[in-house]
Amino acid sequence: MLASQIGYYSLVLGLFFSIFIIYISIKNFNNNQIIDNRIFSLSFLQLLFVFISFIGLIISFINSDFSNVTVFNNSHTTKPLFYKISGTWGNHEGSLLLWLLVLTIFIFLFLVKSKKQPKKYRILTLLFQQIIIIGFFLFVLKTSNPFNYLFPIPSEGLGLNPILQDPILAIHPPILYLGYVGSSIIFSSSLAAVVLKYVSKEWAKHIKIWILIAWIFLTIGILLGSIWAYYELGWGGFWFWDPVENVSLMPWLCLTALLHCILVLEKKLILTSWVIILSISTFTLSMSGTFLVRSGILNSVHTFANDSERGIFILIFLFILIFISLIIFFFFHNEQKKTQSKINLFSKETSIIFNNWFMMYFLSVVLIGTVYPIFLDVLTGVKISVGPPFYHKLIIPFLIPFLIIMSIGPNLSWIKTNLKKINISLIFFFIISLVISFVILKKNNQSTLINTVLLFASLYLFFVTVRDFFNKNFKSYSQKIGHFGFSLLILSIFFNSLFSSEIIINLKVGEIYAFEKGIIKFKKVETFNIKNYKSIVGHFEIEDDKKNLIELKPELRIYNQPVTITSEADIKTTLFSDKFLVMNVVKDHDFFNVRYQSKAFMIWIWISTLLLAVGGIFSLIRRLNEK
Amino acid sequence: MKILKFFILIFIIINFGNANSFENSNDELKNKISKNIRCLICQGQSIFDSESNFANSMKLVIKQKLNEGYTEKQIYELLKDQYGQWIVYDPEFNKKTFILWTLPILLFLIGGAIIGRKLIVKKF
Amino acid sequence: MKNKFLLTFIIFFAIFSFFIFLKALNNSNVYIADNIFKENLVNFKSQELFSTKEISSEEIFKDSEFYILNIWASWCAPCRKEHPILMKLSQNSQVKMIGLNYKDNFDNARNFIYKFGNPYSNIITDKDGVISIGLGAYGVPETFIIDKNKKIIKKFIGPLSKKNLDKIILLIK
Repeated sequence: MLASQIGYYSLVLGLFFSIFIIYISIKNFNNNQIIDNRIFSLSFLQLLFVFISFIGLIISFINSDFSNVTVFNNSHTTKPLFYKISGTWGNHEGSLLLWLLVLTIFIFLFLVKSKKQPKKYRILTLLFQQIIIIGFFLFVLKTSNPFNYLFPIPSEGLGLNPILQDPILAIHPPILYLGYVGSSIIFSSSLAAVVLKYVSKEWAKHIKIWILIAWIFLTIGILLGSIWAYYELGWGGFWFWDPVENVSLMPWLCLTALLHCILVLEKKLILTSWVIILSISTFTLSMSGTFLVRSGILNSVHTFANDSERGIFILIFLFILIFISLIIFFFFHNEQKKTQSKINLFSKETSIIFNNWFMMYFLSVVLIGTVYPIFLDVLTGVKISVGPPFYHKLIIPFLIPFLIIMSIGPNLSWIKTNLKKINISLIFFFIISLVISFVILKKNNQSTLINTVLLFASLYLFFVTVRDFFNKNFKSYSQKIGHFGFSLLILSIFFNSLFSSEIIINLKVGEIYAFEKGIIKFKKVETFNIKNYKSIVGHFEIEDDKKNLIELKPELRIYNQPVTITSEADIKTTLFSDKFLVMNVVKDHDFFNVRYQSKAFMIWIWISTLLLAVGGIFSLIRRLNEK
Repeated sequence: MKILKFFILIFIIINFGNANSFENSNDELKNKISKNIRCLICQGQSIFDSESNFANSMKLVIKQKLNEGYTEKQIYELLKDQYGQWIVYDPEFNKKTFILWTLPILLFLIGGAIIGRKLIVKKF
Repeated sequence: MKNKFLLTFIIFFAIFSFFIFLKALNNSNVYIADNIFKENLVNFKSQELFSTKEISSEEIFKDSEFYILNIWASWCAPCRKEHPILMKLSQNSQVKMIGLNYKDNFDNARNFIYKFGNPYSNIITDKDGVISIGLGAYGVPETFIIDKNKKIIKKFIGPLSKKNLDKIILLIK
C-alpha cells in the first residue's frame, strides 16, 4: 500500500521536475558560460524519483499488494519470487515505467559524459529529450497508471501468464528498451545538432558511441526474443515475421545503416542530411513500434492487451514528434554544398552508400509488409495477411548482391582503391565457394538456382571475412568480427532451413514409431505436483540410423491460476543440430500428439548473432578508451 | 576474366537443368500448405503451429483434399472462397496487392537513381 | 523550390497516415469471416447423434421451406446461452432445425440435449470438424440459414441474440 502511494507521488514529482529542468535550461541557454550545475542536480533528482517509483512498484509486486490494480492483474501469491519481480515490467503499465526509468538514466548519462561537447548542444539535446520524457509521463499518468487503487482489496491476484514465467523473457524487455531509449538520445541530439549547425565530424565521433550502445542492446534484445520464442513457444521456429517481431527489426535495420554512415561522417563531411534522416527515422520507428504493439491494432501472439485510448495517445504523440522533426530538418538544415567532397566509385564510402541502399530496401519491405494490411483494411475493407512467404520472396534475391558487396566493400580503401592490387586469394575463394555450394546442394537434392547462388554468396563472404582476420590489422577488429558474424548468421539460417526436418505423429504410451532416419520410442509418462502446477513428463528415446540413443523428456504443465496448459519442449543441443521434442494432449483421446524436429545448426544462429553484438562491444570499448 | 565468365556460364547451365529436381510427398506438401494457412481462432499462428480445434480439423481437410487430387493452388483457392483472402499467409499478386509487392522495388529503384546521380555527378 | 515541395508532400502523407491509423484503431483486429460464404450447400455424409445411423445431407435437407443449420457442442458455453432462442425457432413450422454436433463426446452431447431440450429435427455429428470446414465454419456456435433450394442465405457467427432472432423471423416469412 505504502509502496504504491510513494511510487505514485514520486512519479508525479518526476513530471514536475521536467518542467523545472526545461525552465532552467532555457534560462541557461544563452549564457555562454559553463552549464548550470542545477541542471545536473535536477536531472539526477528526476532520475531518482522515477527510480523510487519503479522500486515502489517492485515492492508492491513482491508483497503481492492486490490493492494495486496492476499487481492484481498480473501477479499471484504462489508465483516464485523471481517472477514476481520480473512481473513488474512484464505488463503494459510496468513496462512503461521501465521506459521512463531508462529514459531518465540515459539523459543523465548523456549530460555527464558529454562534457567536451558544446554547451548549447548539450542543453538543446536535453530539451528535446525532455519533450519525449514529458510525453511518457503524461501517457503513464493519464492512461497507464501502475498505481491505481482497488477496493475492496482482493485476496488473490489474477496471475501472470505461465508462458511469461521464463528467465529469458524476464530480461528481454529491459534490454530491448535500452536499445529503443538509446535511439531516443540519438534522435534528440541529432535535432539539437541540426538546429545549432553542429552536424560535423566532431559530432559524428561523439554520437557514434551512443549509436553503438543502442545498436548493441537492440541486437541482444532481438536475439533474446528469438531464443525465447524458440525454447518456449514449441514450434521450433525463431522468426515468424510476426508484426511485433518486425517492429523490433525495423529500428535495428535503420540503426545498422546509421552506424555505417556515421563512420563516413567521422572522416568526411558528406551524407549529413542522410545521417539526420536516419537518426530521426530510427526513433520514429521505435515509437511506431510501441504504438503498433500496445494499441490493439494488430492481431498477434505477442500483443499486450489493447486499449484504444492508449493507442490514440501514442499515435498523437508519435505524430507530434514527427512534425517537430520535419519542421526542424527542413528549416534548419543546410547541406553545405561547398565543403562536399567527391566520392570515387571504388571506395569505402561508396560501398557504405550501397549498404544503406540495400538496408533501406529491406526496411521498406518489412515496413510495407507490416503496415499495408492496415491501410488496405481502412481504405477498402478487405483484410489480407502478409506472412513469411512475402518477406522471403522479396528479401532473399536482394540478399545475394548485398552479401557480395559486403565481401568487397570493407576491403576498399577510403577515397580510392588501386584496382590492380586485387588479391589472388579472392579469386580462389570465388571458385571454391562456387564449387562447395554446388556440391553440397547437389548431394542433398536442393540445387535450385536461387539456393546455389545464395549459398555461394554467403560462403564467399565467409571466406573473405575469415581471411581478413589474418591480415594483422588490429584497427578494424570489430568490423571483422561483425561481418564474419553476419556471414555465419546467413549460412546458419540457410542450412537450418534447408536441412531441418520434422515428424508429427500421434503416439500412445509404449508405442514405437519408425521413420527414415531412426526410431522414436514413447517409453512412459510421469506425473509430479509442483508449487503452482501439475507436471506430466513424457520419456522418449530416439534412436538414429547410427544406433545413437537420445533421451528426451518433454513436459506438460497444468497451471491452476489461471487454468492453462503449457507444453515445454525438451531440446538436446549439439554443434550440428538440435533435437527438439514437444508433446501435446489431444482432447478425448488417450494418445499424445508428438512433434519431433531435427533443427540443423541451430546453435550457430545464436552464436553468430552474439558475434555481431561482440563486434559492436569491441568497437565501443575502443571508442571509450580513445577518449 | 574470360575464364571466370566461362565458369559462370557452365555453372548456370548445369543448374537450370536441376531446378526443382526434388519431389514433395503428400505429407511434405500438407505441411507446406499448413504453414501458409492462418488459424482463424488463434492470435497470429499458422494452422501448422496451432493445436486448436480449427487447426486440427483444417489439417485433416487439407490431407483429404490432397488425397482427392487437389493441387496446392486449388486448395488455397478453395479456402479463400470460403474464408477470404485473410486465411492465406502468402498475399498473391493481384489488383489489391500489387502496391504491396511493387512499392519496395519501386523505392529501391528510386534510391538507386538518387545515388546514381550523386555518384556520377561527383565523378566528373 | 524542391525542398518545400518535398516537405509539403511528406506532411500530407503523414497526415493521411495519421487518419488511417486513427480509423484502424477503432476497427477490431479480430477477423470475422461472416460475409464470405459459399452459396451452395455441399453434400456430406454424417452419423446421427441418437440413432448412430449414417445419413446423407440430401436425406436431411428436403421437404421444408427453410432450414437452419446450427453448429453446437456440449463444451461450448455460448451455445448454452443461445439455446432458448433455438427452442423458440423450432416452434416455427416453416423451418426445419438441424443440429451439427461439433468435436464432441457423444455421451456429453446427448446429456446436453436431455437436460436442455431438443430444438432440432435432426442432430448429426462432426467428430473431426471436417464437415464444418466444408460449410465454411470455423468455430462454435455458428448458424446458417438455408432456403429450400439448398442455398445459404445468411450466416451468423457466435451465439444468436434476440436481434438475430428477429432478423431470422423476417427472413423466413
